[in-house]
Amino acid sequence: MQAQEKKSKNAKHDIEVKGNCGQCKARIEKAAYGVKGVKSAAWNEETQDLQIIVDETKCSVADVRAAVAKAGHDTDNLKAEDKDYNSLHSCCKYDRS
Amino acid sequence: MYKLILFFLLLSAPFLQAQETISGKVVDENSQPLPGASILWKNTQISTSSATDGTFTIPYSSENMYLVISYIGYTADTIHVHTPQYISHKMTPDNGSQLKEVVVDKTRKSLERSHTKAANVSTMGSKELLKAACCNIAESFETNPSIDVNFSDALTGTKQIKMLGLTSPYLSIAEENIPSVRGASQAYGLSFVPGTWVESIQITKGAGPVVNGYESISGQINYEMLKPANDIPFFLNAYGDTGSRFELNTHFNKKLSDKWSTSLFLHGNTRVSKNDMNHDHFLDNPLGKQINVLNRWQYTNAEKGWVSFLNFRYMRDEKQAGQVDFDPDTDRYSGHHWGSEINTDKVDVSAKLGYVFPDMPYQSIGLQTAFNYHNQESYFGLRTYDIDQKSFYSNLIFNSIITNTLNKFATGLNVTYDKYGEFVNTTDFSRIDNSVGVFGEYTYDNVNNFSLVLGGRFDVHNRLGAFFTPRLHMRYNPWKDATFRLSAGRGKRAANIFAENQSLFGSSRAFNILDSGGKLYGLDPEIAWNYGVSFIQKFPLFGKTTEFVLDFYRTDFQNQVVTDLYASPQQALFYNLSGKSYANSLQAELNYEITMHFNIRTAYKYYDIKTDYTTGSFERPLQAKHRFFANVGYETHIGEKGRQWKFDVTYNWMGKQRLPYTGSNPVEEQMGDYSPSFSLVNAQITRTFSSVFEMYIGGENIGNYRQNKAILGANDPFGPYFDSSIVYAPVFGQMYYAGLRFKIK
Repeated sequence: MQAQEKKSKNAKHDIEVKGNCGQCKARIEKAAYGVKGVKSAAWNEETQDLQIIVDETKCSVADVRAAVAKAGHDTDNLKAEDKDYNSLHSCCKYDRS
Repeated sequence: MYKLILFFLLLSAPFLQAQETISGKVVDENSQPLPGASILWKNTQISTSSATDGTFTIPYSSENMYLVISYIGYTADTIHVHTPQYISHKMTPDNGSQLKEVVVDKTRKSLERSHTKAANVSTMGSKELLKAACCNIAESFETNPSIDVNFSDALTGTKQIKMLGLTSPYLSIAEENIPSVRGASQAYGLSFVPGTWVESIQITKGAGPVVNGYESISGQINYEMLKPANDIPFFLNAYGDTGSRFELNTHFNKKLSDKWSTSLFLHGNTRVSKNDMNHDHFLDNPLGKQINVLNRWQYTNAEKGWVSFLNFRYMRDEKQAGQVDFDPDTDRYSGHHWGSEINTDKVDVSAKLGYVFPDMPYQSIGLQTAFNYHNQESYFGLRTYDIDQKSFYSNLIFNSIITNTLNKFATGLNVTYDKYGEFVNTTDFSRIDNSVGVFGEYTYDNVNNFSLVLGGRFDVHNRLGAFFTPRLHMRYNPWKDATFRLSAGRGKRAANIFAENQSLFGSSRAFNILDSGGKLYGLDPEIAWNYGVSFIQKFPLFGKTTEFVLDFYRTDFQNQVVTDLYASPQQALFYNLSGKSYANSLQAELNYEITMHFNIRTAYKYYDIKTDYTTGSFERPLQAKHRFFANVGYETHIGEKGRQWKFDVTYNWMGKQRLPYTGSNPVEEQMGDYSPSFSLVNAQITRTFSSVFEMYIGGENIGNYRQNKAILGANDPFGPYFDSSIVYAPVFGQMYYAGLRFKIK
């Protein structure tokens, strides 16, 4: 449905992202901001939710998922590769079970 | 709704920092207090419940991150607490469909230095403001080490504030970001703002941002008034002191709908009897009365993103100073007894309109517009001084981002118009000033340890010319709990030499302006650069939070309107600076939190302020080189029904101060080169009986230190040696006060 609509320059999305702490928050948000087209990114530790506002003409939510997973954090439908997960700081190694 | 809340979160987040407990308030969907709500740290046994007024306090430690607030019939909410902030929480009825709402509105700690803002900002919250029970915002700064409060003269009892060793004309003072104390109101303007009206004060040391104008040189002070949407229905404050001063403040608030609310503030003060504690036949404090009325309207439409304020104010202030035997009806202009009357009328109308884009919480537009009328009619002995000012001010600000919220910018346009009618005796100094300016400010924040604010503005002013004002602020957190800051900026202003130096009217000094080429009383505009560095380190000492602060600022004047009191005790000379003028200030602070209820603040301040006068290079008069400040606050735990005791003591030591030259006067009318050093102690005790009623008593200048000779030539005030402007210490001795506050919530 989304794809058929006009692409929004201020599309709001929530992505579930796993993480533990303030360090995770900084890493997740940094990864999201690294994607061109991400205007605002805020990760909430309690809800394990990354709220983003993106310019859909420049990127897609999938791009953000990919960037966050690359940083070592599992998302709702794209998991991080083990090597990226393993390179996280020990306090950031969230429960993957 | 959520977006707007997020916006406010972003705005308020910089002011937050660590402390041992958090407090808050729980309200229902109609913003009414919700008593008995359960507040619990998730996965712990630490819990409490809200009091009858909805407030709660719960111990905080950084391991506990999730606060669960619940109440039967309402949706339980979990709040993620990043920092120990004051939490104002609105519960929603449990019907599942409504958005949850979390508003973090203001910090609980009374005086805070920001650790995350690029500028050196400290915020005084309502709790800090209560430490000065009386009376107007000039007095609110007595417990703040960054600001020095001095007496301006021995006649009017006016308190004057200084930052970085420079007097208030070099500060920009704004009411909700609209410049307020300026031009004609420079001398007494702060005494026209009752303390109870003020919600919080933000103090920026150094150059400050460009959004509010080009005039600030040593700092910016912004005070926020109580907002109708958050105000309580009724507030009453009554005050009386042994100096026969009485004050009454009443606030009324009405929420008209979910969008409209209004507040009416009524203030009256009076001093009824004559005091002459030093027996110089002059009143130590003026007789006076003031009525001050403010009506505010607030419109908030959170869904659509609109916020608007409308303010209407009228004030009349009357003062009578001078000799005890002076009777204005028979002695005015007579040369019989010396006396002075200063009567001021003020009308202000202002409006603010803010819009936050609903799908872009980082983008907003604001428009501020103000019209002010100020009329002062006064005489000082045989000298008359009348000034009226009609001003219009408007500022349009657009805030948004560049690619993402790490890069924010603000840009806008502002217009000022000031029409002055000014008469010194019969000489007409009337003029019109106007300016148009554009500004831009870029903020980079890596959401971690670095931020930068780069601002500039370009203004065209009919007297100051066309000029550029650059400002830079930077913050870096090099390691844990440490903040390093840097700032630099330029300021330019028109000196209103008479309005700013009204204290000199209370003397036999002749006013001489030595230059004639400039566009402001023949003088040139003042231009100064200000540079500053600041370092804050927090560390635990015996397990308690300790904060060490070191600030160094330098102000370098390229041009200054020099007020020269060194040439002759019978003259006040005004001329453009030729040579050097600078102000260095160093402040070292150590703040220690013994328990959450017991705080100590100490500060040492060093000022090196020198100006080249025609007769040589001297320290700025009436400025102590060394000052020491200490404030101790203690409060008991909040007991049943909100019962509590609060104690607060402030100690100030002032080193010797250079005095204006009096060496050519007869020996008995000389003051010497330096004042003695002295110290002052103020103290206050507050007893809260319940959340609706409290009383306080306090004392100022408890050590009863008084300036030995406050007025030169007091025996012959129409003679050549009369001078009431050389005041380095209190004229009035010990003073005790008592008051009460009553609230209906």
